[in-house]
Amino acid sequence: MQILHLKETVAFMSYRKIAMVFSALLMIASIVSLATNKLNFGLDFTGGTLIEVGFEQAADLKKIRQVMADNGFSDAKVQFYGSSRDVVIRLGLREDVKAEMLGNEVLALLESGSGQKVDMRRIEFVGASVGDELAEQGGLAMLTALICILIYVAFRFEWRFAVGSVVALFHDVLLTLGLFSILQLEFDLTVLAAILAVIGYSLNDTIVVSDRIRENFRKIRDGQPEDVINISLTQTLSRTFITSITTLLVLAALFFRGGELIHGFATALLFGVFVGTYSSIYVASLVALALGVSREDLLPEVIEKEGEDQELMSP
Amino acid sequence: MLNKYPLWKTLMVAFIVAFGALYATPNLYGEDPAVQVSGLRGVEANMATLDTIKANLTENNIDFFSIVLEKGQVLTRFKNTEDQLKARDVLDDKLGKKYSVALNLTPATPDWLAAIGGTPMKLGLDLSGGVSFLMEVNMKEAINKAKEGMVGDFRGDLRNEKIRYRSVKEVGNAIVVKFRKVADLEKGQSLLKKRYRDLLLTSDEDTLTLNAQMTEQKLKEIREYALKQNILIIRNRVNELGVAEPLVQRQGKKHIVIELPGVQDTAKAKEILNATATIEFRLVDTEGDLSAALNGRIPASSILLREKDGTPVLLKKRVMLTGDHITDAKSGFDEYSRPQVNISLDSAGGSKMSNGTKSNIGKPMATVFIEYKPTGRRDNEGNLIFEKVQEVISVATIQSRLGKSFRITGAGSQAEAHNLALLLRAGALIAPISIVEERTVGPTLGAENVQLGFQAIMMGFGLVFIFMIIYYRAFGVVANLALGANLVLIIGVMSLIPGATLTLPGMAGIVLTVGMAVDANVLIFERIREELREGKTVQQAIHQGYDAAFSTIIDANVTTLIAALILFAVGTGPVKGFAVTLSIGILTSMFTSVVGTRAVVNAIWGGKSLKKLSI
Repeated sequence: MQILHLKETVAFMSYRKIAMVFSALLMIASIVSLATNKLNFGLDFTGGTLIEVGFEQAADLKKIRQVMADNGFSDAKVQFYGSSRDVVIRLGLREDVKAEMLGNEVLALLESGSGQKVDMRRIEFVGASVGDELAEQGGLAMLTALICILIYVAFRFEWRFAVGSVVALFHDVLLTLGLFSILQLEFDLTVLAAILAVIGYSLNDTIVVSDRIRENFRKIRDGQPEDVINISLTQTLSRTFITSITTLLVLAALFFRGGELIHGFATALLFGVFVGTYSSIYVASLVALALGVSREDLLPEVIEKEGEDQELMSP
Repeated sequence: MLNKYPLWKTLMVAFIVAFGALYATPNLYGEDPAVQVSGLRGVEANMATLDTIKANLTENNIDFFSIVLEKGQVLTRFKNTEDQLKARDVLDDKLGKKYSVALNLTPATPDWLAAIGGTPMKLGLDLSGGVSFLMEVNMKEAINKAKEGMVGDFRGDLRNEKIRYRSVKEVGNAIVVKFRKVADLEKGQSLLKKRYRDLLLTSDEDTLTLNAQMTEQKLKEIREYALKQNILIIRNRVNELGVAEPLVQRQGKKHIVIELPGVQDTAKAKEILNATATIEFRLVDTEGDLSAALNGRIPASSILLREKDGTPVLLKKRVMLTGDHITDAKSGFDEYSRPQVNISLDSAGGSKMSNGTKSNIGKPMATVFIEYKPTGRRDNEGNLIFEKVQEVISVATIQSRLGKSFRITGAGSQAEAHNLALLLRAGALIAPISIVEERTVGPTLGAENVQLGFQAIMMGFGLVFIFMIIYYRAFGVVANLALGANLVLIIGVMSLIPGATLTLPGMAGIVLTVGMAVDANVLIFERIREELREGKTVQQAIHQGYDAAFSTIIDANVTTLIAALILFAVGTGPVKGFAVTLSIGILTSMFTSVVGTRAVVNAIWGGKSLKKLSI
């Protein structure tokens, strides 16, 4: 079976202006949203208390809110979590009481308030200082990852490709963060992990393309850079699609079957894989092309080796 | 010949996959409900304990099918949880005080597998249920305490050497000593320089001040010490909780992670973690009548306490010294190679000790361990009632006037001396700690997470399986074989590595690797198709396909591995679990999808003259 039957080379690069405008618009939208809406940081970063409880019958959110408000927790956010029997209650950080004791207290309140037996599913408490540290560490992790990858790609390929792939990664991370900001999805630690996985995935794609571009530059002697890139993208397109399909299939499995806890994780990856596929075609190659990548930059340094061979052969 | 593997290479692939499969098998066996009995405070469970447990269980008609003594713990396995719970109650009642009795789920790994080191994967708290705490040590307080101690030490040292000073004060990160005369300043400087090598001393003759700055090194040592100390204390307390396989670990520079699998009652756990234990030194009341005291007539100035083995000791009520003056305690040997414990006190403690002992040489002194244990009962306001437990842990004769550092002999064996040192250190909290993070996962959610993760993996697998067979036909089957082998290898490696824990994001990591592992095969297969289109022969196409795709696969995987390793380095808990499975998955998938599929492809199609390929 074959999904794509491409007889002709697709002139990807002739659409570069459109792609550039498209990417620029999305990036600007993400930046604007991140600046105004910010990210809806989860408990991991903000600190506070989260209590997830399971009821035997469908829970009455109004009543729970009332019970919470009556007992001095007027700031409590009460929501369903996955099903109508599953409820999550979030409390902000408070100075007056020992925060680590809150979870049990709320649990007792719910039991007496609802008259039902309440199943404690999860209690999380995060202090303020921990959240700050995490945000710092998370940002640092992303930066380190980007720098390490930049170095590796520059070492294995050429600096123009390295810049291209890092710009693509930056693009993917920014758009994924933008999505979370625009839709106000909760950004927690697992989402951060997903974004680092997006970096890994998008890079995978970019490298496969760059690899082919390098190979073709060496093979096609009189090719214009633009043509060579078009040919390479066409050749790898089929692979790009299939890998994206298999990855999206498993992510769909995670998204629909993995449960509430990794919903954010699956969302970030699903979106990231889409964007990563697009960026490996347009962003990375485009940047390399704009920086003036040429045949000479990618020729292997084999001249010396050949010379050595000759010396060895001549008696 | 093209596309033929030598026999050894095929065998190696088969061997590695079989090896992975072997170490993955323990995960197929379930778990037995068990009760774990371990000694508290230096007591070790032994054959006698085992016999007691056996006798008690038989007496109460509780069935068990295995009982073993291992590493100072007795593990009894039961057929069902009902027997397990009954046994726990019976044993807790009989052994309670000296032993901790914990419920446990022990892997039912067959003996032959266990003998070759086979164990199932460890499940993270989000899958097994339980509670994890992150505690933070207050480092500022630790350094303050150290500075306070040093101010006292300086005063004492100067006074002992009869060097006159005007004042000793802490100023910022330094200790400033003011003198009256230049001569004193010089004498003081040379004295302090000799005694405190890790301080940076600078003097100013105009203002007659001596400035002692703690070096970065010294500050680091204080912090390290405070952290280690607190980990010791917490480990002691956690052991009292009766939790099977607790984990107490440092994290970073000032945090301690505590994981208590299976614990639901976090309130009790927290109260014990926050509880205090202290040490006191008291003189033994040698004049009082012990037998009269045992009958209830205790002298007014004395109290009656007991040693670990129950021996009663009559002690003076007046406390000679409290444990908060202890700055360090180490176990060692004296000149007759008898075990001893060396104790260091701060300067205030030193002078108290010196005053207390000078007129009591030759008399016995007792070390009392005091602990506030929650009783499980609550008062009218719902607060847990704590019981003050006092126990004499050693009685030793005062040999001479004691000062800032002294030693206790007669603590018994070397292990006991070591434990005493530990307890003495544990009694003195160097710096306050507080819970900064807590995550509790109920047992139902844990079980649900396991199920969800498993379903997601199976569904992801199924979808990719079907897709690959439709798209690549026979070669798709080969890729699927590699995927299956990859899953087996991931599980095998996860079970083999002692530190690797499976978490829910970790399961997501496995799902993700499934999706990404086929990428290597897609790269190879697409390349083979390309070569075939270009008119190469089947054998050449296979050869070229694998060859050309190889460097791409390496590059692509190494970069992803970089991202995974960074995630591993900075991540904690569940995120770390994701990084672990992702890293392992990348490595195993490179093997199965490149070397593994090649072995199968070579065996089926290699070296034959074929016109077409089912790809």
